[in-house]
Amino acid sequence: MENILEVKDLNISFDTYAGQVHAIRGVNFDLKPGETLAIVGESGSGKSVTSRSIMRLLANNANVDSGEILFKGEDLIKKSEKQMQKIRGSEIAMIFQDPMTSLNPTQKIGKQIAEPILKHQDVSKEEAFKKAEELLGLVGIPNPAKRMNQYPHQFSGGQRQRIVIAIALGCNPDILIADEPTTALDVTIQAQILELMKELQQKIKTSIIFITHDLGVVANVADRVAVMYAGKFVEVGTVDEIFYNPQHPYTWGLLSSMPTLETSGSLYAIPGTPPDLLNPPKGDAFAPRSEYALKVDTMYEPPLFKLSDTHFAATWLLHPDAPKVTPPAGIVARQNGFRAKQVDLAPSSDLTKLSGQDVEIDQEQGNLSVDEITTERDSKGEVNEPRY
Amino acid sequence: MSQDTNRKKLLEVKNLKQYFNVGSKNEVKAIDDVSFDIYEGETFGLVGESGCGKTTTGRTIIRLYDPTDGEIYFDGTKVHSLHGRKDQLDFRKNMQMIFQDPYASLNPRMKVRDIIAEGIEIHKLANSEEEVTARVEELLELVGLNKDHSSRYPHEFSGGQRQRIGIARALAVDPKMIIADEPISALDVSIQAQVVNLLMELQKKQKLTFLFIAHDLSMVKYISDRIGVMYFGKIVELAPADDVYNKPLHPYTESLLSAIPLPDPDYERNRTRFAYTPRPSNGEEEKLREIAPGHFVYCRESDVPGLQEKLAKY
Repeated sequence: MENILEVKDLNISFDTYAGQVHAIRGVNFDLKPGETLAIVGESGSGKSVTSRSIMRLLANNANVDSGEILFKGEDLIKKSEKQMQKIRGSEIAMIFQDPMTSLNPTQKIGKQIAEPILKHQDVSKEEAFKKAEELLGLVGIPNPAKRMNQYPHQFSGGQRQRIVIAIALGCNPDILIADEPTTALDVTIQAQILELMKELQQKIKTSIIFITHDLGVVANVADRVAVMYAGKFVEVGTVDEIFYNPQHPYTWGLLSSMPTLETSGSLYAIPGTPPDLLNPPKGDAFAPRSEYALKVDTMYEPPLFKLSDTHFAATWLLHPDAPKVTPPAGIVARQNGFRAKQVDLAPSSDLTKLSGQDVEIDQEQGNLSVDEITTERDSKGEVNEPRY
Repeated sequence: MSQDTNRKKLLEVKNLKQYFNVGSKNEVKAIDDVSFDIYEGETFGLVGESGCGKTTTGRTIIRLYDPTDGEIYFDGTKVHSLHGRKDQLDFRKNMQMIFQDPYASLNPRMKVRDIIAEGIEIHKLANSEEEVTARVEELLELVGLNKDHSSRYPHEFSGGQRQRIGIARALAVDPKMIIADEPISALDVSIQAQVVNLLMELQKKQKLTFLFIAHDLSMVKYISDRIGVMYFGKIVELAPADDVYNKPLHPYTESLLSAIPLPDPDYERNRTRFAYTPRPSNGEEEKLREIAPGHFVYCRESDVPGLQEKLAKY
């Protein structure tokens, strides 16, 4: 299947009074037609910046230092503002986190839904409003004809998010970017909105980039998942691969820090806080918080190791010479279930490297001595026994 | 936690009602006849959707609001009939609150030391300036911060660190009970676990009693001994945490549980959500009834046999 969107080696930094903040540090991914890609990560990991760069909605102090964002083969970064305006809202649409602030409080919602249709399609005003009314019904607002003439404050939070979705779907976008669309909503309303999004995706065959920090939501909506940390994708895979066969210590930490219904005893917490991207750390950015950090992690950035055609993880633990570590108990349980299901899974020693930048790393650092991939931690000089 | 009748009730809430805009046509029954007890040393979780009255309940208990009707007893004394500065001070020393938003709940113009020391000074818990400083430093270390942090301002900290400052401030006066109103919902996943572990550790160390208000059900289940589920100003189910999760009896609890997404794709593919529609009243009295020891459900007298049967089937 041909990719509708390809992001290649994207680097974005922000000029701030304190210096340059490297928010995105070499992100690569692609999006296939009709699939849902979830990007998960903590605040400040760069997931919103990634999505906004696709819409070209970054603040004025942002610089795209390098990289390409190929949408249907054309680089969005090279487009003029005028050309972008044609794409925004028609071919690529966005749903924002806060339904309270993403609608104009002084305009009737009918007008707000009809606006992108009028702007991007060659239709009369009547037709646009008719389409808007249909959309309002489609997203499940009862009595759309009457509701068209109401203002945002007359709707509840969940209804407002439905309206925002209706606006985004007005021109049948090829890509829908949903930036934490349910974070401001209650669980029951969240469930309704997620059901609605999935149903509409079936109907209009759009691709969705779903940004969230809630792993439960990810498990619900995603086909593929990208785990983001400190401006990089540290693990990418299908939803089953990420949840049942996670390989990166950060993914382990995220999955373990959410209590499941069986969790008892002390909850696993990732120690420390995310790094300051003003001075991105050398080597693996997660190493200072990781119990599984190797000496090499403080020296070289790990490349993406390939586990399957769809599953990649950037951790030196996957290097053939790396010591075997046992992930936290909950993760082992998840992995066992995965192995049982897929007996023919390629053994994890079959590690081939990804193309692109990693080939370079291969030449420079591929032949690490066994000595460098030891369990010893560089800074503290103490043997790093995995603790959990 | 076992249903030990010898355990001391630290907080008793009896028929609490809190109406806003009383008498006008947009009267809101934020809390409508809610009763529950919290035993010493336990964590009581209060869950529900936004607008169900859980925050109002917490705020009324700590006397940020005066209730329309009903009584609240803390350690045997009636909270809302406390008069005089001394009694009120005593009460506030024993009950403290941790707020939801760590960005809005710390005064940006005060240094961390002064934020934490304020309570110590008001309650005269230290005899000298040095003692105050020593206590502040001890508290900072207790919540996992550094004593060097005491000369900084709140804006210099991350959300998780600010919430720790809020916790240190609550602990400064050595309270018996803490009301935590959504203390983790503004924090990142990895930081949430840190703060929850801290709260549980402190509870063990200092024998604290918690009222934990949240909408994140899996976290509430994890931290609480007993849970009350609120819906439109009423507690519809009240039971030990495991029972609320594994043996829900009220249809609203079931609906709420069926809506939680869990980090498990297989479970998610098969999860079906049921919606809850309140049934119309038929004139029969509805109230919280004990279906099994310690397991209360808001229902009619005629529902009781059916619910008991349902419970037996689990």
